[in-house]
Amino acid sequence: MSDEVRKLSNLQLDALREIGNVGAGNAATALSQVINRKIDMSVPQVSILPLGEVPEVVGGPDVMVAGVYLRVYGPAPGSILFLLPKSSAFALVDMAMGRSAGNTTSLNPIDESALMEIGNILAGAYLNALAHFTHLTMLQSIPALAVDMAGAILSTILAQLGQLGDYALVIETAFTTETDGVSGHFFLIPDPGSLQTILTAIGVRE
Amino acid sequence: MSSELIKVGMADYKVGRTHGSIISYGLGSCVGIALYDETVRIGGLAHIMLPYSTQARSTENPAKFADTAVPLMLEEMLRLGASKNRIRAKIAGGAQMFTFTNATDIMRVGERNTEAAKTILKKLAIAIVAEDTGGNYGRTVELKLENGIFRIKTIDRGEKEL
Repeated sequence: MSDEVRKLSNLQLDALREIGNVGAGNAATALSQVINRKIDMSVPQVSILPLGEVPEVVGGPDVMVAGVYLRVYGPAPGSILFLLPKSSAFALVDMAMGRSAGNTTSLNPIDESALMEIGNILAGAYLNALAHFTHLTMLQSIPALAVDMAGAILSTILAQLGQLGDYALVIETAFTTETDGVSGHFFLIPDPGSLQTILTAIGVRE
Repeated sequence: MSSELIKVGMADYKVGRTHGSIISYGLGSCVGIALYDETVRIGGLAHIMLPYSTQARSTENPAKFADTAVPLMLEEMLRLGASKNRIRAKIAGGAQMFTFTNATDIMRVGERNTEAAKTILKKLAIAIVAEDTGGNYGRTVELKLENGIFRIKTIDRGEKEL
């Protein structure tokens, strides 16, 4: 197997889980402040999945989702994807725009921009924590948004990984609001070469 | 025989005959390449995610690339009894899901996948009789083995049959 992600030790996987924990914790706090709600966060999952199985994490390739996608630049480039079911995306926009629940049934350009900005804030909080933890510079691109099938949204990121291997390392955290049933997934998918850089930076390179 | 549904995941291909459909869900930048021999009703559907195996470092799974998936699928169809000069192709997908102002090459992977699919089909002398490619939206594609109809489903842009 040429895939480096399949050779990770338990210690390294634990360290990556901790990265997810620190990053997503910070992002959840930011989200909680933006929408003024309490957020419950899952224990981050670090999964090494065949590329074709990644869409199953959010319920399958044909599930309708909203995805905010950002590239991470710096010594450890990668992708950040904030995926949420369409209904949750609408509810989140209602909260962010100060409308009462159920008012959003489709996204106008201002709603789209609000959703991208939320993705931007979350990614910023996540990367900030991550940069602190690893002492690596992490810069984010401007966000891009797509509302479509999960498989379609993930395809660009997976194609990128596919040039170098058949497996994806996915650091994923699920979150829900306590009262409104808004749920989503936050993904950090390091580019293949970045993994060693991150592991070296946190001192768990073999 | 029941009308079974054969599912094709990302970076995979499947062939079948006579009954049921071969379906692949949620194509974005990936391209679905359907081959069909009308006379013996043998068909195949490939869900490729990258254009050329020669440009990638990992080539363990040939079904991932247009240039290697199509010949393999064709070979399997021929083994089932299809005839190369009767086989026609239909392709769909190759979208650009996200728009960045400084679109790098990888963002254009959908377009490059479509081009590669056309190039390999031309090289194999298989005519493309229909296509639905490009755009910025996802597609679910289904090849009906009974008649070779290629059905494309989208979220906001309805359904069409090629």
